[in-house]
Amino acid sequence: MSNEKTLGEVLRQQGITRRGFLKFCAATASMMALPPSMVPRIAEALEKARRPSVIWLSFQECTGCTESLTRSHSPTVEGLIFNAISLDYHHTLQAAAGTHAELARTKAMEENYGKYILVVDGSIPVANPAFSTIAGISNLAMLEETAKGAAAIISVGTCAAFGGIPHANPNPTGAVAVSDIIKDKPIINVPGCPPIPVVITGVLAQFLTFGVIPELDALGRPLAFYGKSIHDRCYRRPFYDKGLFAETFDDEGAKLGWCLYKLGCKGPTTYNACATTKWNEGTSFPIESGHPCLGCSEPDFWDGGGFYKAISMPTGDITRTAVYAIGAGAAAGVALGAVNRARKARAQKAHERVTIEDLNKDS
Amino acid sequence: MTETELLMWARGPALQVATVIFLLGIMVRILEILVLGRKANLAEARGSAVAGGLRTIVTRSFPDRGTLQRSTFNIVAGYVFHTGFFVVLFLFAPHILVFRDLLGFGWPSIPTPIIDATTLVTIITLLAVLLHRVQDKVMRFLSRFQDYLAWFVTILPLVTGYLAFHRIGLTPPTLIAIHILSVELLMVVFPFTKLMHAFTLFMARYYNGAIAGYKGVNS
Amino acid sequence: MSDTGATEFRVEAGAVLTHNVVPLLHEIRHGLARLLENDATTTIDLRGIPMAPGEEERIIAELGTGEVQARMSALGPSEIIETRFPGVWLVTHYNSENAVIGKFIEVCDTPQILKAQAEDIREGLAQLTAQLA
Repeated sequence: MSNEKTLGEVLRQQGITRRGFLKFCAATASMMALPPSMVPRIAEALEKARRPSVIWLSFQECTGCTESLTRSHSPTVEGLIFNAISLDYHHTLQAAAGTHAELARTKAMEENYGKYILVVDGSIPVANPAFSTIAGISNLAMLEETAKGAAAIISVGTCAAFGGIPHANPNPTGAVAVSDIIKDKPIINVPGCPPIPVVITGVLAQFLTFGVIPELDALGRPLAFYGKSIHDRCYRRPFYDKGLFAETFDDEGAKLGWCLYKLGCKGPTTYNACATTKWNEGTSFPIESGHPCLGCSEPDFWDGGGFYKAISMPTGDITRTAVYAIGAGAAAGVALGAVNRARKARAQKAHERVTIEDLNKDS
Repeated sequence: MTETELLMWARGPALQVATVIFLLGIMVRILEILVLGRKANLAEARGSAVAGGLRTIVTRSFPDRGTLQRSTFNIVAGYVFHTGFFVVLFLFAPHILVFRDLLGFGWPSIPTPIIDATTLVTIITLLAVLLHRVQDKVMRFLSRFQDYLAWFVTILPLVTGYLAFHRIGLTPPTLIAIHILSVELLMVVFPFTKLMHAFTLFMARYYNGAIAGYKGVNS
Repeated sequence: MSDTGATEFRVEAGAVLTHNVVPLLHEIRHGLARLLENDATTTIDLRGIPMAPGEEERIIAELGTGEVQARMSALGPSEIIETRFPGVWLVTHYNSENAVIGKFIEVCDTPQILKAQAEDIREGLAQLTAQLA
């Protein structure tokens, strides 16, 4: 359960020196995309932070977000964050199951009412709440019940933030985002399919350090990580600006690392930290590995017109429409022309004259 | 509606509707002219009508000295903005992708900085054209709503395209959506306005040249 | 790779077009000037800059190594080396799995992390006092 020690005390208890703590703060600042000059402030805040209780609910998800988060083993900074929080309920990671697990959850809720953080991954089916249940309780009911006493909700992954893949056409389960159901609590969206692990822990760390919701954009995403588009931070941007594009996945341009716009890259319309923070501890990110960005941190990216269709291209079959339109136009044109000819012939026969009003008509 | 939904709508249903109106409208107007036909010339042909017609299509592109002296601004500005417009429309990589989707084939693009500069020159020239229309007494007298409308729907895609590329003002998905919608506005308005000159100019030149060529004179 | 007949595939950005190396070196230059004038420290978070593949290596190679190399073990190893420009330090933090968790260029006379911290000194003093008692 959440205890009353501060984070500083917890770390000291684990034998971590002040120097080690400073290293932790520097890494945390880097992770939170904050300037290094903020490290002293972070050290001060983290020292005094209390361990919040965290309840993690997994709904209609693929567990990719949890996987992304738990890639590294302790004691890394991510591991320390988890030590810093009291993860009171996570049905994938915890050992308990069944009624005991649910009891742990309700106990944590009661003991920390109004103060615990609720983390959600996965979308919530509303077409029939029975489509996704945990211990017999529907996701919808569990979310509504658990959200009541939460201080804030973090929606991890595009499914929880925007509906994700279950929400894609034709959305058979009626999947919706957390923000579609809970309207009276502060919600931080941390989208991505999955989100970059340090972004997840970075948001948790920000909450820990400053105790307030970080600055959010119009879609509820922390500006620190989602403030810039991939396009604006992409190292291949000079190629885009110069008009050097890869046409296929294995042509000369692709080998030289040219821009992937023509292969359907959604970088210009996607906001995430992939281009700077990268994946696997800064190893690479999709564009660097030669694949166009999918736009996975944006709502409805699955229905975004196709991963390999460039943003400027039409989404439907425009050729067929064009052919039909030309055909129909030709037919209509001929028909109207015939009508006009008939009218002209009639007018000639009736010896109609052209008047000044006719000439003054606009069309 | 989220900005993604707006962009998808602009690229999807809106584009379909605009394409139908655009192409159907153009076909109707061209065929109306053709089907109405010309009066048969009962005199004996003294030259080739077809040759005269085709020749005139080309030669009318070069203004004669008198016209050039009288309307220097109109002709020069006209050429500049038309050329700029076509360069930007047909030689910018993301646009070529649209044509490739439509036609099944594409063509090489030119470096983006050149497109960028061309867009600016075209926009400035179009502004100058409007200024001239408003300041010149005769042109102001002759100008109707349709003239200003045609100008507006022509400059709008250039401005919105420039803003979308440089990501000025709104978020990128919204800017791109607005740009595509402005193009669709142009497409929808096109068949009902004098913008049809894009096609009818060739027909007009041909007719004039054919009449003269039939008579055996230069046109 | 070539003996299987498969294509040799190395994606590398053209050296000319990616632009982080020179501006960063200028920033370091300004930092050194500031250090001399007002004793001000400049810290650059290398992980906050979108680097093309190979750029970070190029910058670090440009900076080279100087007279000091320190190894620290706290929450995993950390390397603090002075580059060939005195006052310009490269601080790399690793976790216990040797994964990089922080990479900074610090322009100062001594990186803060190298100095002994007051709390730790106090604890050491308490321990020594207890031991000698």
